[in-house]
Parts: sequence; C-alpha cells; structure tokens
Amino acid sequence: MSKYIVSSSPHIANQRTVANIMLEVLIALAPAVIASVVFYGFYALFLCVLSVGAAVGTEALYNLVMKREQTVKDCSAIVTGLLVAMNVPVSVPFYVPVIGSAFAIFFVKMLFGGIGKNFANPAITARIFLLLAWASFMTNFVPPIIWSKGEAFKYFACTFKGSAGLGDVAAMTTATPLASLRLGAEKVGELDVLSMFLGNIGGSLGETSALALLIGGVYLIIRRIIDWRVPTVYLATVTLFALIYGAAKGSVGTYILPSLFGGGLMLGAFFMATDYATSPNTKIGLIVYAFGLGIITSLIRFFGNYPEGVSFAILLMNIVTPFIDKFILPRPFGYLPPDKGGAK
Amino acid sequence: MKSNRLNTLTNGIVKSNPTFRLVLGTCPTLAVTTQAINGLAMGAAVTFVLLCSNVMISLLKKVIPNRVRIPAYVVIIATFVTVVQMVMQKFLPSLYDALGVFLPLIVVNCIILARAEAFASCNPVLDSALDGIGMGVGFTLSLTLIGIVREVLGAGSFFGLPIGSLGSISMTVFILPAGGFLVYGTLMAVVNYLMRLSEERKAAKLHAMPHEEEGEV
Repeated sequence: MSKYIVSSSPHIANQRTVANIMLEVLIALAPAVIASVVFYGFYALFLCVLSVGAAVGTEALYNLVMKREQTVKDCSAIVTGLLVAMNVPVSVPFYVPVIGSAFAIFFVKMLFGGIGKNFANPAITARIFLLLAWASFMTNFVPPIIWSKGEAFKYFACTFKGSAGLGDVAAMTTATPLASLRLGAEKVGELDVLSMFLGNIGGSLGETSALALLIGGVYLIIRRIIDWRVPTVYLATVTLFALIYGAAKGSVGTYILPSLFGGGLMLGAFFMATDYATSPNTKIGLIVYAFGLGIITSLIRFFGNYPEGVSFAILLMNIVTPFIDKFILPRPFGYLPPDKGGAK
Repeated sequence: MKSNRLNTLTNGIVKSNPTFRLVLGTCPTLAVTTQAINGLAMGAAVTFVLLCSNVMISLLKKVIPNRVRIPAYVVIIATFVTVVQMVMQKFLPSLYDALGVFLPLIVVNCIILARAEAFASCNPVLDSALDGIGMGVGFTLSLTLIGIVREVLGAGSFFGLPIGSLGSISMTVFILPAGGFLVYGTLMAVVNYLMRLSEERKAAKLHAMPHEEEGEV
C-alpha cells in the first residue's frame, strides 16, 4: 500500500532552487569581478568582500533579532552585496559599500518581507541611496592602475578618506564618458570606445568592462536564469534612441557605442533590471518594461541633470511593474477569446 | 478627576503622539526637520498656537454656530499664527527664514484643527488647555527627535554643534526629502514597536494578577 499525496500544480520537480539560481548569478558576475581586480587592483576585491559580508551579516542579524527563519543560505544576500560593490567607484572609503549593502538588505529587502517581496531591486536602490548620501565619493572616478608599475595595492590609500587619500585629487579624477554625451558630437567622437568596451577606463567596479558583463549576461541567458527580452529590448531601445539623437544632432552613428558601453547600462540591463521580484510576469510585460527602461535611461542621459540614467530608470520601472502586470494579463492555457469560438 | 486631567496632559506626549501615533501634521514634520533646532522651533510655535486656539475655541464653543465652525476655528488659529509669525520675525529672524512657508502654514496644520474639532469644541477650558500643551509637547519632542537624527546623520552636527569629524563622512541623503521619509518611517516603526511591547507587558501583568498569591514570577 503506497500513500498518495495529492497536491496542486506545478508537479514538475527540478533542481533549480533559489540558492542554485543565485550561484549561477555569482558565476555570471565572476568575469566582472575579475575585470575589476585587473583594472583597479586588490582594493576592488577588498570592497567586494566587505560588501558581501555586510549584506549577509545584515540579513543574518535581522533574522536573528526578529526571530525569523534564517534565510542567508539562499545566497541572495551574497548577490545583492556583490552587486552593491559593483556599483561603487573604486576610490570610495571602505564604509560606503558596507552601508550601501546594509541599506539594501535592511530597508529594501527585509523590511518588505525578505526575498521576493522587495518593491525595487535592492542593489539599485542602494546605489541611489549612496549617490544621494555621498555624491562626491560616488561620482569621483579614478583611472585604472598600471600593473607593471606595481600599483596592485594603490587604491588601498582610499580606505578611510576616499580619493583624498591619494594625494593630488584633481590630477587623479578622470572625466566620465557619459558626461561627454551631452557635450556634443565632437567630444563623443574623441571617446576611446575600445577602452570603454574592455574596461580600461575609470568607472564603477562592475560597470567598467562591458565585455565582462556581456560574457556574464550571455551566460545567464543561455542558462535561462534571466529572460533575454529584458536586456535585448533595453539595449535596443538605448541604441535606437542614440541613433535618433545622433541623427538629430547631425552625426548619426557617433552616440551609439558610447551609449551602450558607458555607465551602468550593461550591469543594469543584465543583472539588476532582471530581478524576478521587480520585473513583470508576462513576456509582453517584460518588453514594455524593458522599453520603458531604455527610454527613461536615454532621456536622463541626454537631457537630465543627474548622471544616473540607468539607476533611476530601473527604480522607476520597478515601481511601475505592478501596474504593467495589472494591465497585461497572462493568457490562461487553452483560452480563446469569445469571438473566436472560445468559451463565453 | 485629577488623574483624568493628568491623562489628558500626557495623552498627547506618548499614547496619542500626534506625529508617530496619530500621523497628523506630516507635512511640516518632513519639511522642516533638516536640523534639530528647526524641529524644536516648529514644535514650540505649534504648541503655542495649539494652546491658545484650544483655550479660545473651548471658551467660544457655545457661541460659534455649528455650521460655520470650521471657518471660525481657522480665523482663531490664524490670529495666533500671525502673532507667532510676527514675534519670530522680530526676535528670531534666522529661524523665521529657515521655517519659511511652513510657519504661516501652521494655520492649516491638521493637528491644530483636529484637536479643535475633536477635543476643544466639546471639553471644558482647562482640559482643552492641557490637551493643547500635551499634544504640542508631543509634537515638539517628535520633531526634535527626527531633527536630531537627520542632523547627526546628514550634517554630522547636534543642534548646530559639529560632532568631532563626523561632518566629513555625513550622508547628505538624510537632509534631503528621501532621508526625511526614511527617518520618519523608521522612528514610527520603533515607537509603535515599543508601544506594542509595553501594552503586551501591561496585558500580561493584568493577566498574571489573580495568580500572584500562587507565587508566579
């Protein structure tokens, strides 16, 4: 006599647990982490470790204090912590990613009920929080290190005071490619697009190398961790907008590549806009969502005053997501509209 | 009767704190608390207006026709707000500038109108005065608390006095509106949590009373 257990669907069992998915995301982030160490030295790695530690610690502590079930084992805090680190420039003092991670986990994730209940992506919210909290640290980009000159540990000088610890600040700070987007075609034409693609420029830890992020992103799409629609439509919209903007300014192609490879676009498109909890449930919904991301990002980049096109776009579209889901409903399996002979 | 009066006075400070428990007057709460001193000044101004208007409305409650009571209240409140505004402009010009439009806006502050409508219009003069003071003190304490948190975190100073070198690592976000909401929400959660804790403890004590002879801890 065997005992039958009756349960509701879904009946398909598979190995894909939350922890499993998060580990895949960590694998996908590995190239970006390696790139950050290659371009900025070991201080970048140090920041990543601190940030992950702060995220995991905050979640563990919250569960302990609030007497909730311990959830750190699902590894999602590790991903959040690492993403926060990926979002800060290398020249920040050590406490910036720590407080950012703690903010992301405590305010955005745990207070709203933990994993899957966050109203916006914790990492992107933390980035905006950090930008508003320490605008000077978060917009101060230093050039990559030169390994042959023995600069592997150079940016440890920033541990307590940020880039002020490096000495001559003015000489160190590099102009950001995104800032020159608004200065006109000539300035944009001077940009070293290949360096932007490889990552050999100043920028945030994770967004410096578009190549590393692309590798990770494609891995996630192949492993079907993320839906291809979000990054594809997002990048396509940004490309289209840059094309039209360029045409209006009289130089058609100039803006496209800097738009794609500059700033946090790749990081946001592959790793933060694709958060399951904060993106729509339907395929059409995802396309609408990604299109909105592209438009808002481009509008802020070309016409806005803040440098944070991607961050604000993701935060805004995260908040709009419930409304997209409300208006674009999934079609029930086997359902036909009444006028095509379906059930009334 | 005496303990009743005491209750009226303390009610506004903790149990029905206008900011954290009744969630009244959130607009000035969020807008002016960028510095502790602003919160204190705003609270003091509101306390004064609240006390005077409560007394005046309680005195006139039989005279004011029911149908036009709100306009009548507003006229009374506006009179006292004008007094506060003129006094502040003369003697505390820097605070007057810092509070800006929120000072005249005390006229439409919902704490004052709510206490006028809910309490002063149907209670004797002394009780209304006590209620006004209690609510005003509660509002002042809350605003000052929010102001202290935002100032310490956002500017690294306490009532304008810099704390060590905290200013160099202060987080500007707490002086911005976003930080106002963040601090307000967090403090409200903490206050409500503490209130619930103390209520539970009271309930447990009440529950444990009959068993006391049996030697329960």
